[in-house]
This record gives sequence, C-alpha cells and structure tokens, in this order.
Amino acid sequence: MKLITAIIRPEKVELVRAALEGFGVSGMTVSQASGYGQQRGHVEVYRGTEYNSDLLPKARVEVLVNEEAMDGVMAAIEAGASTGRFGDGKIWTISVSDAVRVRTGERGRSAID
Amino acid sequence: MKISQLNVGMAVDPAVLDPGATAWMLAASALVLLMTPGLAFFYGGLVRMKSVLNIMMMSFGAMGVVAVVWALWGYGLAFGPDTMGGLVGDPLANPGLSGLTSTIGGKAPGLPDMVFIGFQATFAIITVALISGAVAERVRFGPWLLFAALWVTLVYAPIAHWVWGGGLFGATGIVGSQISALDFAGGTVVHMNAGIAGLMLAVVLGKRLGFMKDPNIRPHNLPFVMLGAGLLWFGWFGFNAGSELAADATAGLAWTNTLLATSAALLGWLLVERLRDGHATSLGAASGAVAGLVAVTPACGFVDPVGAIVIGAVAGAVCALAVGLKFRLGLDDSLDVVAVHFVGGLWGTLSLGFFAVPSAKTEGGLFYGGGLTQFWPQILTALIVTAWSAIMTTLIGYTIHKTMGMRVSEANERSGIDVTEHAETAYELLMVGGTFHPGEHHGKPAPAGAAAAAAEGGADKAAAVAEPDRSGARR
Repeated sequence: MKLITAIIRPEKVELVRAALEGFGVSGMTVSQASGYGQQRGHVEVYRGTEYNSDLLPKARVEVLVNEEAMDGVMAAIEAGASTGRFGDGKIWTISVSDAVRVRTGERGRSAID
Repeated sequence: MKISQLNVGMAVDPAVLDPGATAWMLAASALVLLMTPGLAFFYGGLVRMKSVLNIMMMSFGAMGVVAVVWALWGYGLAFGPDTMGGLVGDPLANPGLSGLTSTIGGKAPGLPDMVFIGFQATFAIITVALISGAVAERVRFGPWLLFAALWVTLVYAPIAHWVWGGGLFGATGIVGSQISALDFAGGTVVHMNAGIAGLMLAVVLGKRLGFMKDPNIRPHNLPFVMLGAGLLWFGWFGFNAGSELAADATAGLAWTNTLLATSAALLGWLLVERLRDGHATSLGAASGAVAGLVAVTPACGFVDPVGAIVIGAVAGAVCALAVGLKFRLGLDDSLDVVAVHFVGGLWGTLSLGFFAVPSAKTEGGLFYGGGLTQFWPQILTALIVTAWSAIMTTLIGYTIHKTMGMRVSEANERSGIDVTEHAETAYELLMVGGTFHPGEHHGKPAPAGAAAAAAEGGADKAAAVAEPDRSGARR
C-alpha cells in the first residue's frame, strides 16, 4: 500500500479530483497548506507598506492506494495539476504498512479497494 | 400651498416644535450612532486575527461609558452655561439632564433639547472610539474605559464647549470675540482632537511588540474594513447634514458635499497608490473614503460642491502620503489615526480658509474673494485645540498608565489580547476539541470529574453526528 501526497495549486484541486475519478479512485483527502518552492512568495501592499509573503496558499491531496495503482494515480494527479510554470507543486509516495476501514473493520488491501 | 410657504417672512417661535427637523434629527442621531459599530468593523479588519474582538470592544466600550458620562455631567460641561471664563459649561445647571426632558428650542429652533443632547452624545462616543485605533492591540480594557470617561470629561467636553457651546470660541468668548473660525460638523472637536489624542496616547504606551519587524502585523480581514467604511460613510450623512440641526437647504448642501468630497478622496487615495505602489487597493479605497469624510466634516456646510470635490481629492492624496510617516518617525499609531483623522481634519479645517463661500458667517476663503481673513482663524483654532488635546491626553494617559497600568503584559500581548482580556477568540480555525464546563467559570479550575464527563459528552456528540451518515437518514 502506498500513500500518495501531492502539494498542488489550490485552483487545481477540482481538475485533480476529476482526473482521479476518471482513473477509478473513489476517495481522497484535501487540506489547506501553505509553503513555497523555487518560485518563493509574493508581495502585498497595505497603505503603501510592502509585505513580502514567503508562504503561498497550497492544497495538499492525499490518496491511499494499492501498489499497482500507484503510477497511474500519480500520472493522473500530475496531468490535473500541471501548468508548466513554477509553483505547480510536488507529488511523492511513502509505503504504508497497514490500513483499517473504520466502518467495517476490514484491514489491508480490502480496506482500500 | 404649503404651510412653510405661508410662514415666509413670519417670525417663528423657536420653542414651538418643528416636527420635520425633529424627525430628521432623530434619524440623524441614529445614523451617527451607527458610525461607532461601523468604526469597530473598520478597525476590526485592520488588526491581527488575535486582536479583533478587543479593538471592537474598545468602540463598544466607548458607547457604554461615554453615553452615561454624557448624561451625568458631560453634556453640562460641553453645552451648559459658561463657567470658568468659558473654559467649560456648568454641569450643575441641569444635573443629570434634569429640567431638559421636555423643553424645546434651547439649542436649536423647534428642536427638543433631548434630541440635541442625544445627537451630541453620539459625537462624543465616536470621538473617543476613534482614539482606540492609535493604540490598538495593547491596551487593557478596564483602564481604557477609565480613560474614556476622563478624556470625554477633560478633553472632549471643554473643546466642544469652546467650538459649539458658546465658550472660548463663541461670539463673546475670549478667542471668538477676536476671530471667527468655522467648523460645521466637528473637524476640530472630533477629528483633530481624536487624531492628536491618539498620537499622544500611542507615545505614552509605546510601540506594539514587533512593530516594524513582524511581517504579520497587517490587516486580517479587508472585507470588514470595507464594511466598516461603508457604515461610516452611511452614518456620516447624519453626522454632517445633521449638524445643521434642521431639515433645510444647508443640510442638503452638507449632505451632497459629504458625498462628493468622499468620492473624490477615494479616487485621490487610489491615484496615489497606483502611481506609488502600482496597485489600487481595497484598503486604499476604504481609507480614502474615510479621509474624505474627515476632511469635509468642518467644511460641508460652508463650501460649494466644486470646493468639496477639491477638498476631498486633496485629502485622499495627502492622507495616503501621510500614512508612511509613522514608520519614518517610529511612532506606532497602529491604525493610522493621525494620518487619517488629524491630517484629514487639519486639512479640512484649513481648507475653509481657501474654499469657504461668502455668507453671513464669513467673508469667504481665499479663492472666493475673502483674502486670508478666514485662514488665520482656522490656523489659530487648530493650534489651540491641538495643544489642549495633546497636553491633557498625555496627562490622563500617563496618570492611568503609571498607576493602574494601561498596557497588557508582554506575554499577554504575544498570546493575543482577545483571549487574555476577554476570554474569547474571534475565529474557530482548528477544531481541536477540549472540555467545557456548563455553569462554571470565573477562572476556577474545573473539578477532576468534569473533564472526564465532558470528554464522555464529546464522544456521545460525535456518535450522534456520525449516525445519520451510517443510516443515510436526513433530519
């Protein structure tokens, strides 16, 4: 089992969700995040005073999948989130040792399928 | 034919009720009172998330304290018969407003005295509330209420007496018998007064922690600021047009000038921003509108519409440039009360020297054939009001600060004045759980069993929420 985490542009969440649904993924977790990469932040001006904000608003998408679906899911997220410009984000995976579906008590692969 | 036309040329008894004026002034008074909650939103949006309730409470606290002080002795000091050589009115002439509850025409023809008293109370309230913006995010609430009571007594009421109550600046006053300054709705009494008082109190209290260092000291909710500016603008029509104390042509002129100057100031501020910063901002639009309202306040009944537009446009530009001064001077006037209210009020007061239209009260300003005759009275009045307000505010603020302590502790300032002063937070950002104890508070620690019981209750609640999901039932 793999946990796929993607940090993407907030405005791309809907496209990523559609791409994942198209791939057959039935669930995802989305949370607000902030951060920066190569593009750094932006400048805001209040009453003539500049404030440099390093942290930009981002969305974190997390999907728990079985191993054979990993590459396809990552490709779906990439396709939905990409603009080709700085700030598109990152996708990474980590191995997950076990999972439980709380409602039924199923464990492992069947908790995800 | 209207009754008013029949009355042309006839002497009108000022003690006979004028229903039209009375109705208008009741509405105008309510409009002015709305300005203070509006100011609470304006200021509330400008502070950090952890201070929004406190700054709003400083306005609401002013509503509580000042209205009561006004009834008990403030009105007498401001509008009672001259005493102490015109320095203040006599608060003992009508103690607690006694003897005024059913009189008509004492202060304005055809107007019940209680309507005038209520109208003036709303002015005193917002003037005190304005000061809070200069010292936002660091003042203990109790000492603030004491400051409000002392300040309205020792600073606002005397100045109101000089300008409006027939005191020093009145026709027979020490200053007023020599010069005749104009102030239609309170450029000196309200705005310059509050602006310089805010500056002096900010000096007494010192800077916020992180001032000029912490990038997070910036407005947390600009829609609040826009809402507050809108409410202020709405209420200001009562403030300015109501200051005519009658429903007549001058009130109409003041109303329209209030619209025009404010609109022009909004544009003036945005133009400066566009040229200086590259963007026209929502905060600039809201701030420009307030600057225009401030500047036209002393002038609204004495200038023509073109004069109002010029006064407003200049006010917007000048106040936009003035907001940077606090950083250059290192003075933490938190929400730019000085730049908007003192500078705007000063410009509005001085602008009458240029733009006043000739009338029974003035030969006119420089651009309207009056030369410099109106200019000097305006400067002298501004100087006297500024000096009195600065000195007295410093004395009051310093006394409270050194005796009771007016500033929150460093630890409390860091953790947030809302939660430490008021035991509240404005926004629920993270549902982090915890416990609660119905009926128990006053800072007492909860009994040992209460936490477990509350945790159990929390679990029950969670189960109840989950239940409909499982069954698919709708409530």
